[in-house]
Amino acid sequence: MTARGVDAPGRAAVGARTLRTDRWWLAPAATAAGLLVFVVYGGVRAFQQQYFFADERYLTPFYSPCVSLGCASEPGSSHFGMFLPDHPLIPYAALSLPFLLGFRLTCYYYRKAYYRSFWLAPAACAVPEPHARQTGETRFPLVLQNVHRYFFYVAVLVSLVNTYDALVAFRHPDDGFVVGVGNLVLLANVALLWCYTVSCHSCRHVMGGRLTHFSKHPVRYWFWTRISALNTRHMFFAWITLASLILTDLYVMLVARGTITDLRLIG
Amino acid sequence: MSYKGRFRVWRGDASGGALADFEVEVNEGEVVLDVLHRIQATQAPDLAVRWNCKAGKCGSCSAEIDGRPRLLCMTRMSVFDPGDVVTVTPMRTFPVLRDLVTDVSFNYAKAREVPSFTPPAGLAPGEYRMAQVDVERSQEFRKCIECFLCQDTCHVVRDHDENKGAFAGPRFLMRVAELEMHPLDVADRVPAAQDEHGLGRCNITKCCTEVCPEGIKITDNALIPMKERVADRRYDPLVWLGRTITRRRD
Ligand code: SF4
Ligand code: SF4
Ligand code: FES
Ligand code: FES
Repeated sequence: MTARGVDAPGRAAVGARTLRTDRWWLAPAATAAGLLVFVVYGGVRAFQQQYFFADERYLTPFYSPCVSLGCASEPGSSHFGMFLPDHPLIPYAALSLPFLLGFRLTCYYYRKAYYRSFWLAPAACAVPEPHARQTGETRFPLVLQNVHRYFFYVAVLVSLVNTYDALVAFRHPDDGFVVGVGNLVLLANVALLWCYTVSCHSCRHVMGGRLTHFSKHPVRYWFWTRISALNTRHMFFAWITLASLILTDLYVMLVARGTITDLRLIG
Repeated sequence: MSYKGRFRVWRGDASGGALADFEVEVNEGEVVLDVLHRIQATQAPDLAVRWNCKAGKCGSCSAEIDGRPRLLCMTRMSVFDPGDVVTVTPMRTFPVLRDLVTDVSFNYAKAREVPSFTPPAGLAPGEYRMAQVDVERSQEFRKCIECFLCQDTCHVVRDHDENKGAFAGPRFLMRVAELEMHPLDVADRVPAAQDEHGLGRCNITKCCTEVCPEGIKITDNALIPMKERVADRRYDPLVWLGRTITRRRD
């Protein structure tokens, strides 16, 4: 192998590929572990086709919108019609899940996260990457990351659907208006999902970032400043929503299985 | 409080070199550059180290301390334990001249590749009028002290000499962004950002942001917004359609 990178001719012949003494591998390792937990949990749940609707009103976000013919097994779980075939390989929310996956896969934060933790390009700053060539996002398939904004548009629609789910969950078919712990869980999750979606870099760009003269567009400038403030916490929202999605789904699943009972606060 | 600190400093030139061991006095309140100066004064008078302001403002003293790109004058000795061995090397992305001094002319070549500020025709200097909110984004980038630590840490060139021709590096992609967002700059810089300055090679892994001593949010505020602008032109049929229609109407 010819000398490359920090060993290239002309550069200081230091020997060690990196001299970092801190635990630089910790962040990428933790990131990889966190992402794997979510992918495994989400994958299992998406295809389980069971325990997705609880107390005749709580629909887990992993099954929203429930558009498979299979949703008929839980009357009331489908708010937007049932038309997808009931097949073990087709998740009940097959209409939204691929887009949500695409949204997160092309997200600028998750890109950084998995380029660093899985592709090791670079695993940490000033730690040499293992690849012989680097073309970044200039070629297929990575050039497709540029379509992120379309996933963003769809994610807004899905967030609206999730919001609807959280709101209709306050109505029990027999008891009318009720508030249970599950309602608070669903609401908190939806609020966090909105924070993640709205703090997206593409959102920041389309709402105002693409303008050159903010002074001529005071309303869009106002939006841009608010989104920019949220955007600085985009990584935080990316992780907190993975956690809130899992916890919300877990809650609905456990109530649906009868493992725990949902505490009624009102009604 | 003073103590004897242990240091390993890279010494050599383009033909080779090695880490040299030093034991040297460290006093309270000192920075790494102070200690290097003491090594120069007491043990190695020919040690080459570039510096100028000792205040984090000139961008001369860039190097790598324990493998991390940093300013020598802004790295306090108090971040280390007295028992630590502190390793100092030159920046490892640029050709070394001698000891801690590198040849950073790559960066000046890249700077020249970015066409300069282009005001509207007929507007003379002195007639420029801008609203503060319009120049704010560009002003963040003007805080740059040209230390080139971001260029040094960016894996696109650090790990790939062969990319040096095609990639301007974060500092100069940020310069493109600065002008592109400037309210009075009329040049169209978006196609060149992708085609000539190599924006597509950046994979937004944020090492430039991590090392910038001025705390400029290079990735979030310059690189990603530029990628979005490229996406407007290249990868967004809706925007393209909109532009085609409005251009026809004009
Ligand atoms: S974010 Fe882009 S420009 Fe900055 S260090 Fe990473 S690859 Fe280089
Ligand atoms: S952007 Fe920051 S790291 Fe890069 S040259 Fe300027 S001050 Fe240095
Ligand atoms: S969702 Fe993360 S950048 Fe768009
Ligand atoms: S000597 Fe000027 S920045 Fe360090």
